[in-house]
Amino acid sequence: MHIVVCIKQVPDSAQIRVHPVTNTIMRQGVPAIVNPYDLFALEEALRLKDRHGGRVTVLTMGPPQAEDALRKCLTFGADEAILVTDRAFAGADTLATSYALAAAIRNIDRDAAVDLVFTGKQTIDGDTAQVGPGIAKRLDLQLLTYVSRVEQVDIAQRRLRVQRRAEGGVQVLETRLPCLITMLEGTNEMRFASMDNMFRAARCAVRIWDREAAGISDVSKIGLKGSPTVVSKVFAPQARARRAELIEAEGDAPRDLALTLINKLFTRNPKLRDAIVAQPS
Amino acid sequence: MSYRAPLQDMRFVMQELAGLDRLASLPGFGDTGGEVVDAVLDEADRFASDILAPLNRIGDTERARWQDGVVTTPPGFRDAYLRFAENGWNGIGCDPEYGGQGMPKLVTTAVYEMWKAANLSFSLCPMLTSGAIEALMLRGSDAQKQMYLHNMVSGKWTGTMNLTESQAGSDLAAVRTRAVPAGDGSYRLTGQKIFITYGEHDYTENIIHLVLARTPDAPEGVKGISLFVAPKFLVRADGSLGARNDIRCLSIEHKLGIHGSPTCVLSYGEQGGATAYLVGEENRGLEYMFIMMNAARFAVGLEGLAIAERAYQKAVQYARERIQGTDIAGGKDKVAIVRHPDVRRMLMRMKAQTEAMRAVAYVVASAQDAASRHPDAGERARNQAFVDLMIPIVKGWSTETGNEVASLGVQVHGGMGFIEETGTAQFFRDARITTIYEGTTAIQANDLIGRKIGRDGGRALAALVQEMRALDVDLATLTGADAQRMRALLARGVAALERGGRHVAEQYGKNIRAVAAGSVPLLQLMGVVCGGWQMARALLAAQRRLAADGGDRGFLHAKIATARFYADHVLVGAEALAETVIDGGDAVLAMDEAAF
Ligand SMILES: Cc1cc2nc3c(=O)[nH]c(=O)nc-3n(C[C@H](O)[C@H](O)[C@H](O)COP(=O)(O)OP(=O)(O)OC[C@H]3O[C@@H](n4cnc5c(N)ncnc54)[C@H](O)[C@@H]3O)c2cc1C
Ligand SMILES: Cc1cc2nc3c(=O)[nH]c(=O)nc-3n(C[C@H](O)[C@H](O)[C@H](O)COP(=O)(O)OP(=O)(O)OC[C@H]3O[C@@H](n4cnc5c(N)ncnc54)[C@H](O)[C@@H]3O)c2cc1C
Repeated sequence: MHIVVCIKQVPDSAQIRVHPVTNTIMRQGVPAIVNPYDLFALEEALRLKDRHGGRVTVLTMGPPQAEDALRKCLTFGADEAILVTDRAFAGADTLATSYALAAAIRNIDRDAAVDLVFTGKQTIDGDTAQVGPGIAKRLDLQLLTYVSRVEQVDIAQRRLRVQRRAEGGVQVLETRLPCLITMLEGTNEMRFASMDNMFRAARCAVRIWDREAAGISDVSKIGLKGSPTVVSKVFAPQARARRAELIEAEGDAPRDLALTLINKLFTRNPKLRDAIVAQPS
Repeated sequence: MSYRAPLQDMRFVMQELAGLDRLASLPGFGDTGGEVVDAVLDEADRFASDILAPLNRIGDTERARWQDGVVTTPPGFRDAYLRFAENGWNGIGCDPEYGGQGMPKLVTTAVYEMWKAANLSFSLCPMLTSGAIEALMLRGSDAQKQMYLHNMVSGKWTGTMNLTESQAGSDLAAVRTRAVPAGDGSYRLTGQKIFITYGEHDYTENIIHLVLARTPDAPEGVKGISLFVAPKFLVRADGSLGARNDIRCLSIEHKLGIHGSPTCVLSYGEQGGATAYLVGEENRGLEYMFIMMNAARFAVGLEGLAIAERAYQKAVQYARERIQGTDIAGGKDKVAIVRHPDVRRMLMRMKAQTEAMRAVAYVVASAQDAASRHPDAGERARNQAFVDLMIPIVKGWSTETGNEVASLGVQVHGGMGFIEETGTAQFFRDARITTIYEGTTAIQANDLIGRKIGRDGGRALAALVQEMRALDVDLATLTGADAQRMRALLARGVAALERGGRHVAEQYGKNIRAVAAGSVPLLQLMGVVCGGWQMARALLAAQRRLAADGGDRGFLHAKIATARFYADHVLVGAEALAETVIDGGDAVLAMDEAAF
């Protein structure tokens, strides 16, 4: 089975801090990481490979330094990595990005037929969740979004069954290969890289494709030109006046939970007790 | 109780102070370019913080248990060990010929710091295994290497070091375990070893013990001790496990700290003699131990650094959360205690000493790489002399300082620091062993004044002093109050070290008891000044990077502030220590022994 996993390099938002005095965002020194959602996709792909054999190719479109993100995926056990990079891709929105990635996957498919494409649910910097579906549409692949588990793959019958988190429950869906899965977060746990894979990853040559190598001739579909999305305004949402508070309870017996809550209320409002007592019954 | 490896500082120290880039050009390290190192550090951090750190408290409360000779490690430890081995961590520093990764000492040092900070009790098993591997690499026969090393490097089997007996701790010459030739080339051991770390456990199917013992006609004292290898299960020629050897775990100790690590009493030969094989030649066991001592002592020195880092992280977290009192400068609002100047002083002291220890340890690690791999024999020798001189400092000073930092961590927590749930009390208790095992601080200091200074008339130390002075040229180019203050205090500290060292070198042959009375103060003096030297280099590198607009400005400014703090609060004490070294001996010895 040949699985392609699309990943993206993003700034580690967990490490972006707000300056305690000036309240400005401190971007300095924030490291780039693999989009955390994509790691769930990669882990699921690696599990399928463990079960059924085959190979996993990781693919990204991005600046040259995105190679680091691909190498990280190699340390976890991906077999091959392809970086699609070209100045012509700069300024791409989700439409142009899915166009470029779809072209690259078509290219990969010519070498070795692709059975399954994975993407993360969304990225932590763009948060659109559009690129995966965009690729599926362009490549005419079956599309399964918000997948929490791949239950079964029948390679001979070229069928696959997954669990999909939907509002109010879990859907069990079955479809045929090839297909594209966008993987939900928190559904598996990324394995630890073995020492052998770390050495292999460092030695492995990442394949670098520019626009032509990726098989793209129509420049009007990529980069800024191919991106109809316009950012018209950026604003910080108004902080809501009402505040929520998390009250940590000791123990989980209903009685303890209630006691914690009541104690909190009474300490907060010293007059509450008198007010209640004073109430006519 | 979370821990994250301080990767930014680790990388800064490795690159700016310990010459990581230079290492890649040494023969044998060609494969370990920046990419592998980055991946290894990132993954080690994940393993340490996700797997090992959460088990630390479980190890403390659940403890290793003994029943009828069988030792059960705390819940989760065995699984963690199996994953650790499976991912190839056990052999990262070992010879590739036996399945290791042959990574430079500098890299394994950073990785070991993470294991030790995350879970000291856990880290001791791989540490002792690598000690045993080193012994076999050093003097094992080819057959012994083939029989044991592959499985020990992979982590399928673990190793131990059996030195201590009840009457032989600091003084190993007093070892009494007997080794009698069996006539077939093997020996039969009888005797009792105490305090054997991971001498028995449930991680693996076999344990390979390295044991110091005496043969029947061995000379008295240090020249009559031999080194043996004795597996828990005898290993057949085809590598499969044979009979259980005559070695029994009689009990494990109840300890102040490192509760997760079983500390075993091992009885050899209750059924007539444990089968053992000589390593190297008879009567040369202690000599081999001395060769391996550097690695073991260095590793324990890292424990001081590691616990300090862990305690610091915990203290910072608490100081940000704990609301108590108002700002001394005024205002009605209650503030987090991190606002109080004295809490800041404690946090700075923890941070500055931790970073100084890291810098010193990593620089010594890098010198160990150069000492073993540099193509030029002169460079190898120069680096080896530096390493030999510094080992007692990394071991003695870092562990003493680690205790101080762990104690400050308790203090920052106020009353909660004294209460076990907080977790910081554990760091304090765990740190306490580090100045004791692998040679107490006094034994390190004896080594420093004797083998490292007295024996060569202070030449190696003089060379170090000269190297420290050479930094002044660079420091002089820096502007700014921080750099100037550091420069002035470093010059005074180096002069103090020179005075103290010279005193020891001169008086060593004349007035040995008085010199010995000042040996630990000298070790502290040297640690404090070496720390200052490295913090000065860090300040220099940070200012240069800032000037070149290279890197995280927040981190670099913090580094400069930390170096300045170190100068004003720690390095400034060097002169006082020198006075104690020079003049304090008589007062130690003045009183009659009976008057205590
Ligand atoms: C938890 C733990 C784990 C251990 N693990 C191992 C292990 O795996 N393998 C192993 O072989 N051993 C191990 N040990 C033993 C450890 O190495 C010894 O405890 C240590 O070397 C000190 O020896 P001792 O306990 O006999 O103390 P002593 O030698 O009795 O020392 C007592 C005091 O006297 C001082 N002193 C002794 N001699 C001198 C001297 N010549 N000059 C100045 N001061 C001196 C010491 O500094 C110390 O303060 C372990 C010990 C512990 C507690
Ligand atoms: C075993 C034990 C027994 C005790 N017995 C009693 C008892 O019998 N009766 C009783 O009433 N209490 C008792 N206590 C409480 C004890 O007196 C407090 O723990 C102690 O006063 C410290 O207060 P805290 O724990 O709130 O620490 P905090 O006040 O939170 O202090 C935390 C840290 O912040 C520092 N800090 C706080 N405020 C300032 C400031 N303004 N300026 C500079 N630094 C500051 C502290 O020095 C400390 O390092 C006991 C505590 C323990 C652990």
